[in-house]
Amino acid sequence: MKHKNFKTWLLAVVAVLGCASPGRAQDLPQEIRIGWAISRTGSYAGGASTTVIPNYEMWKADLEKAGGLEVGGKKIPVKFFEYDDRSSSEEAVRAVERLISHDKVDFVLPPWGTAMNLAVGPILDRYGYPHLATTMISDRMPELRDRWQNIFFFTLTSSDYAKGVVDLLSKMRTEGQIQGKVAVVNVADQFGIEMVKAGREALVKAGFQLVYESSYPMGTQEFQSTLSEVKRRQPDVFLAFSYPPDTLALNDQARAVGFNPKVFYTAIGTAFPVFKERLGANAQGVLGLGGVSAELPVTRAYRERHRQMFKQEADYNGSAVTYATLQVLAQAIAHTRSVDRKTVSLDIRTGVFDTVIGKFRLKNRIWSEASLVGQWQDGVFQPVAPDQAIGVKPIHTPKPPWKP
Amino acid sequence: MPLLDALLNGLTLGGMYALIAMGLGLQYGVARIMNLAYGQFLIASAFAAFWLFARHGLSPLLSLLLLPPLAFACNWLLYRILLMPLVRRAKSRSALEVDSILLSFGLLFVIEGLVLALFGGNYVNYAYLGQVVVVLGTPLALNRLLALGFALLLGSLLYAFLHRSRYGTALRAVSVSPQAAQLVAIDVRAAAAMAFALGGTMVAASGVLVSMFLTFNVSMGVVFTMKALIVVIMGGVGSLAGCLVAGLVLGLTESLVATFIAPGLTLVATFALFLGLLMLRPTGLFKGAAA
Repeated sequence: MKHKNFKTWLLAVVAVLGCASPGRAQDLPQEIRIGWAISRTGSYAGGASTTVIPNYEMWKADLEKAGGLEVGGKKIPVKFFEYDDRSSSEEAVRAVERLISHDKVDFVLPPWGTAMNLAVGPILDRYGYPHLATTMISDRMPELRDRWQNIFFFTLTSSDYAKGVVDLLSKMRTEGQIQGKVAVVNVADQFGIEMVKAGREALVKAGFQLVYESSYPMGTQEFQSTLSEVKRRQPDVFLAFSYPPDTLALNDQARAVGFNPKVFYTAIGTAFPVFKERLGANAQGVLGLGGVSAELPVTRAYRERHRQMFKQEADYNGSAVTYATLQVLAQAIAHTRSVDRKTVSLDIRTGVFDTVIGKFRLKNRIWSEASLVGQWQDGVFQPVAPDQAIGVKPIHTPKPPWKP
Repeated sequence: MPLLDALLNGLTLGGMYALIAMGLGLQYGVARIMNLAYGQFLIASAFAAFWLFARHGLSPLLSLLLLPPLAFACNWLLYRILLMPLVRRAKSRSALEVDSILLSFGLLFVIEGLVLALFGGNYVNYAYLGQVVVVLGTPLALNRLLALGFALLLGSLLYAFLHRSRYGTALRAVSVSPQAAQLVAIDVRAAAAMAFALGGTMVAASGVLVSMFLTFNVSMGVVFTMKALIVVIMGGVGSLAGCLVAGLVLGLTESLVATFIAPGLTLVATFALFLGLLMLRPTGLFKGAAA
């Protein structure tokens, strides 16, 4: 313990010497103002309420309880601002503009979802605000990273996630766990289309046989006819690049029509607590997008706090990462003893942070150590691919047949 | 067999459409209230059923007995208190339609706000009667069959009420011509309040049934309003039989398109059917009021 204390001390001294020029602490304001616009209502409210809002609320409560953000041994109270963007991009843009010009916030926390993050990106960039994008999955990320110098990504691109699944399938085929027949469906919006495009390419390249491929309109919850048709093609693998309500419907209706492929994958929403509540024992073996290991003691403690505070579990993908980004922001402010956005952004680029998912460092403004594919194993959504992901577990195959 | 699968799946889906549309049919067809908050009422009832089930262990089947009468009372009061002033001052039926659109648009936000405050914006989904029964070789979930059954049952009960009872005949008279109905000593306002409340009862029942198998959250109300509106207009405003038939046709179309063409085209097929029908029969499948 003593040793650890010493190390912390040394780190602190180095940080102080390295970052804080004399007089910085006096530059600190009387209060720090932080705001966000989030989808409390509208079509994105479901995702926002699961992954983002509880974390913002938890962080807010934590800071209020602590009497503010601690910077150089001094507590600076934080004032929070929140708006409902009603799931409309225009509204989100207006709200963020208001946060910046009217409420004069020091930092803006991001909204939920790819579309909303894309919508507010240009304003945050224009005013030089750090943009900690946690719930955005798009193939445009590399291009945006070049264009917006203060954006940070805590997810990977659609292609990465799609290829992650296909790589896993190739590995399973080599090990003789599956044959080559694959059926794919996708939600017909940007996310689904990007995923299926990358997925199809990767599948064909790896020599898989696509026996069924189709998109469905956003909001669809009726899949009995589609799944009956898919079942007739007898694929080994079923991949659905889906959103939460369709994810649940696909799983439930696959059970209803008795469709039991060896691999069953649904994308967004598979790692949500509602998935386990709804499917119970039938969740076993289902694969989904992402997956953050819940095994670190800090992560466990975080999940427990989340459960107590909201009477609801954190999801196994974006939740802990979202909370971690808030810690990153707080620690960057503390490291640099500054609310100057440029200084803080610079620290986020290069700093090492202690978060609820462990030690955290970004490479080239991207954090890419979470897994691409996860799987429900005995009531926990575990990361299963790629091999170098944090806390990765061996995959369970084949998926057990649905219980009636 | 693919065709049989598609037909049976389409029937259960259509049953749900018909079920959620019948209440709107009554409210719009007879009471002339264009209730834009219709889907929010449905979601509120779905949340109520979920809350009773998850927190108090009350079976949704019991909710099905409990919530609709409650909804009847609430909707009757709503009509009497909120809508009556509009009815009094409306110079014509179309003026009432416009006013009711504005009022129910406001109501939409009130209900959404209340449900949001009580339950949050999260997705909700609970399993009830998800067991599978095999009908003619096609596996179907029990809760969906139940929804179809209720659509048929409630549809025929309402039909019998409207056509075989004195009070029902009065409702139909109001639907055809409020002025003439007054001449034969029908209390038009009481009849309209009754129709509105009956519509509210139907929507509560469909909310409970739908909650057993769909994932829902606060914001999904508008989806149901849209679907119900399409079915009501396709069937012919004021016609219950029209509602039932239009709902089933819509469900069958979606299912057939999803099976034999592509699931991506279901929405296109729905709207193509809607447009085509409106061009051929602008008044809907079954012309006429409450017929």
